[in-house]
Amino acid sequence: MGSQSFSDALGVDYGALAPLLIVLGGACVSVLIEAVLPLERRRPAQLVFSLAVVVVALVAVVVRATSGAADVVVLAGSLSVDAPGLFLWGTLLALAIPSVLMLADRSVEPGGVFVADPEALAEAQEKVLAGGSRSPSGTGPDSRGAVARRGGGGGPDPATPPEMHTEIFPLVLFALGGMLAFSAANDLLTMFVALEVLSLPLYLLCGLARRRRLLSQEAAVKYFLLGAFASAFFLYGVALLYGYAGSVRLGDIAASAAGPLRSDTLLFAGLALLVVGLMFKASVGPFHTWTPDVYQGAPTPVTAFMAACTKVAAFGAILRVFTVAFGTTALEWRGVLWAVAIASMVIGTVLGITQTDLKRMVAYSSVAHAGFILIGCLAITPAGLSGTLFYLLAYGFTTIAILGLVSLVRSGDGEAGHLSGFAGLGQRSPVVAAALSFCLLALAGVPLTSGFTAKFAVFSAGLADGMAPLVIVGLVCSAIAAFFYLRVIVLMYFSDPAPDGPTVSLPGPMTTVAITLGVAVTLLLGVLPTAALEWAGAGSFLG
Amino acid sequence: MSALVIVLVLLPLVGAAVCGALVKNGRDGAARSAGFAVSLVELVLVAVVWGLFDPAAPTRFQGRSSVEWIPAFGVSFSLGLDGIALAMIALLSVLVPVVIAYTSFTSAAERFPDGPDGEPRGAGGFVALMLSLQGVLVALFAATDVFVFYVMFEVMLVPMYFIIGRFGGARRQYAAVKFFLYSFLGGLIMLGSVIGLYVASGTRLGAATFDWAELQRLAVQLPESTQIFLFLGFFAAFAIKAPLVPLHTWLPDAGAASPIGGGVILVGVLDKVGVFGFLRYCLPLFPLASRTLAPLVLVLSVIGVLYGALLAAMQTDMKRFVSYTSIAHFGFIGLGIFAFSQQALAGSALYMVNHGISTAMLFLVVGMLAARGGSNRIADYGGVGRIAPVLAGLFLLAGLTTLSLPGTNSFVSEFLVLIGSWPREPVYTVIATVGIIFAALYVLWVYQRTMTGPLRGEAVVGGGPGAASARALAGGPGSDTVDTDPPDAARKARFGDLSGREIGVLAPLVLLIFLLGFFPQPVLDVINPAVSATMSEVGVADPVGPNGVAR
Repeated sequence: MGSQSFSDALGVDYGALAPLLIVLGGACVSVLIEAVLPLERRRPAQLVFSLAVVVVALVAVVVRATSGAADVVVLAGSLSVDAPGLFLWGTLLALAIPSVLMLADRSVEPGGVFVADPEALAEAQEKVLAGGSRSPSGTGPDSRGAVARRGGGGGPDPATPPEMHTEIFPLVLFALGGMLAFSAANDLLTMFVALEVLSLPLYLLCGLARRRRLLSQEAAVKYFLLGAFASAFFLYGVALLYGYAGSVRLGDIAASAAGPLRSDTLLFAGLALLVVGLMFKASVGPFHTWTPDVYQGAPTPVTAFMAACTKVAAFGAILRVFTVAFGTTALEWRGVLWAVAIASMVIGTVLGITQTDLKRMVAYSSVAHAGFILIGCLAITPAGLSGTLFYLLAYGFTTIAILGLVSLVRSGDGEAGHLSGFAGLGQRSPVVAAALSFCLLALAGVPLTSGFTAKFAVFSAGLADGMAPLVIVGLVCSAIAAFFYLRVIVLMYFSDPAPDGPTVSLPGPMTTVAITLGVAVTLLLGVLPTAALEWAGAGSFLG
Repeated sequence: MSALVIVLVLLPLVGAAVCGALVKNGRDGAARSAGFAVSLVELVLVAVVWGLFDPAAPTRFQGRSSVEWIPAFGVSFSLGLDGIALAMIALLSVLVPVVIAYTSFTSAAERFPDGPDGEPRGAGGFVALMLSLQGVLVALFAATDVFVFYVMFEVMLVPMYFIIGRFGGARRQYAAVKFFLYSFLGGLIMLGSVIGLYVASGTRLGAATFDWAELQRLAVQLPESTQIFLFLGFFAAFAIKAPLVPLHTWLPDAGAASPIGGGVILVGVLDKVGVFGFLRYCLPLFPLASRTLAPLVLVLSVIGVLYGALLAAMQTDMKRFVSYTSIAHFGFIGLGIFAFSQQALAGSALYMVNHGISTAMLFLVVGMLAARGGSNRIADYGGVGRIAPVLAGLFLLAGLTTLSLPGTNSFVSEFLVLIGSWPREPVYTVIATVGIIFAALYVLWVYQRTMTGPLRGEAVVGGGPGAASARALAGGPGSDTVDTDPPDAARKARFGDLSGREIGVLAPLVLLIFLLGFFPQPVLDVINPAVSATMSEVGVADPVGPNGVAR
């Protein structure tokens, strides 16, 4: 009772804000851990702490969603905690768990997928030098007793590869906090700030791959430059919309558009620029050009985190902007976005066919899926909203599982990546091949997988809202896309493995849990989707 | 009976899981026996259901059961049987044990391609895939919910894809992918129509639903323009599956590359899903569109009858030959369905059963011949009748039932189709009748070339390509390598007649060919109520009077 009046006095509903506060507060504490703890104790501490933060935040979301608390707008109207927002938060946090597990894994890549910590690197080099000069017969002393493993990389080859950067954990938590705020932002300035909070850590994470440093850095620079442009577009759009409505609140923009007659130029110019920024983040074609390079260059767990969570956050924001701010004028701008959706589906499928690298293929497939999701966003109906939300949840888990599986197939200097590396995988490693086939079939949209249920939900919503041509293009693109998913399955099952082909590493417990979670959710949402569909359709955005 | 129908779906799936587990533990023989036992139990259960089925019942579906599945979409897992579905399930339950017996207990499995360990793949995996396919197909035929039907329509591709891709002949990868992509593309076009139907039911009935009966009631409210679009979506999927002529190119590849057992089920039952779909979904759900677009389907069907027959006559590969004869037969079935008369519809439904039996017979005999000679090429054989009279006799019987000789099962159905189509579509009927002559041509010509005359041909006497692979008995890409044997090895046949087991495999089919040739009435009794219901759903008067004379 006392705390209730206290929060009322400040005008802040801490109960509604709890997940966001937990994640952002956790990120700050995580920075402190980085500063205080000694090197060798950081990784376990950071991993446990980050997971705990995400799980506690997820519990807070679930408690809030099941308690039946009313939808509220908090922090002077800048954040809206409503039923779709809670679903998005739950999806983001649920996807963050396997992502964090994969980020922290050291079993697939010795020392972790990220570039070595400078402190650890110096220590390791010292050891090698000392060991080399002191006794040619003995190996360097190995204080942690780890087993020597194959493939230490191009640099000095110590018994244990140096420990990776642990700064990635606070970076991930900050990015996650930004995503939570982005998908719940109720005014455009908050949305912009959240966009930057989520983007900056991602730019950094992309450039931190341990192997293929140049590719990774190129990806980061490309992502940063194009992302900065997109942010500028977004901000320009916000400025124009402020000029139109005199407010950056989403609800106020809708009210102005419905109000007395005035020129729509600023409204639609602002919307166009805003959409460019949002579509860039969601990797909708033709604003997708960064996607393949970044997906390929970034460390695979980061790719998984981006592909799953960034997409959820960006489409969450797109849904909210379309529904709350522009729902009343939908008839006037929807035609243009039809073209964007068609472009995205066609670009994703046609270019996806020509890819020879699996991560690039997943990237183009994500562009195609972005087009499918956009169909749901454009249907500004309850069915469209719930279908899109469900699609995001389903797609996120499938993608994480696929990228986790891709990271297991390795040739001498890192991940195999190239399609030829997957030849005969069905014989060498039946479980990995079966799981990967299942996930690819899910992306193709075969029934009894989550991909089918999601596609069905989105397409039926689109058709019900009079978008038959878009749905037909979507179905045709699905059929074409099935070809390149199937090509991988054919390679895995019906081709003979190359004698000197890549090996399949045995994943450690963390990656195993992440992949299993992804595959299990893909199956569950395909066979028994009712609970998730009901939660996705539980309410509507609060203006 | 409801419980029995559910068991019919679940039993093969459980059997498949058991077989899969046994194969995984390296007990291939146990897996084959268990699979065969399961398929026999399924056959007995189907016989029980057939006995319980009441043709005079007032409702269309019997043995109904329904479990809510995805309430958000109005989907429930509903099963129920009408006469046509029951006939298809019965056909399937007869063919699956035959196929499993052929694959497991004769030397057929020795022709499977090598697995990763260099040994030929065991038949246990094939049996497991076959049983899972059977479970899915039973659910597909028994589904009374359009969503469930669609799900099964797509899911059935997966086991068939692996049957072709893992156990097929030389070009199995290409054929498996082509099969999957063609069918998947058709399925996605159908998905568009399924969604459209769902949305239309939401706007016109108040609550969106997938229940077949509800959607059939919706049919009278749908304007023709909407019906045509939705019809075309379903039609595309079914025309690929059936296959009608411009969309048929996957079938000869898949038929030629699949193992014999897989080919029997592929052509005998799985393709019937297409014509079954015409009968169960296109006609009752879109009656106006069906009547408007009937000329399109009739033209494609008649083209299929002639084109399939001509191409069959020109084939050099025996399995492709069987596939093309099927394309011709599917043309007859299409003609009978879209001629809209009681006799023609009943004939088509019966044709679906009979063609399954005839094609299975032909495929199996061809498989037994090819297993001996090690080659699928017609030109590699000659005069086989001298050394294998039983094989030649059964080949002739299979051919004669394919060309619909009176006294064999196919004659009854083909006659019903033609006599029923005549009053309404005389032109198409006359053209299709020409196809019967072509059928005699291709069947007898193949028989003459392979079975009669003096012993000749590389696979029979020579040391050519057939001999190399006959020694290896492995099939696969190696069979293409030409090695030259000394010429004095010629003039002596390399193989003998059918074994007792092989005759045992064919015996039930021979029995059915004559049984249904002389006594088709029990099957027609089961089919007829569903046919009458379909006629009234389409809303056209039967052009044939009660005395069998056209009005």
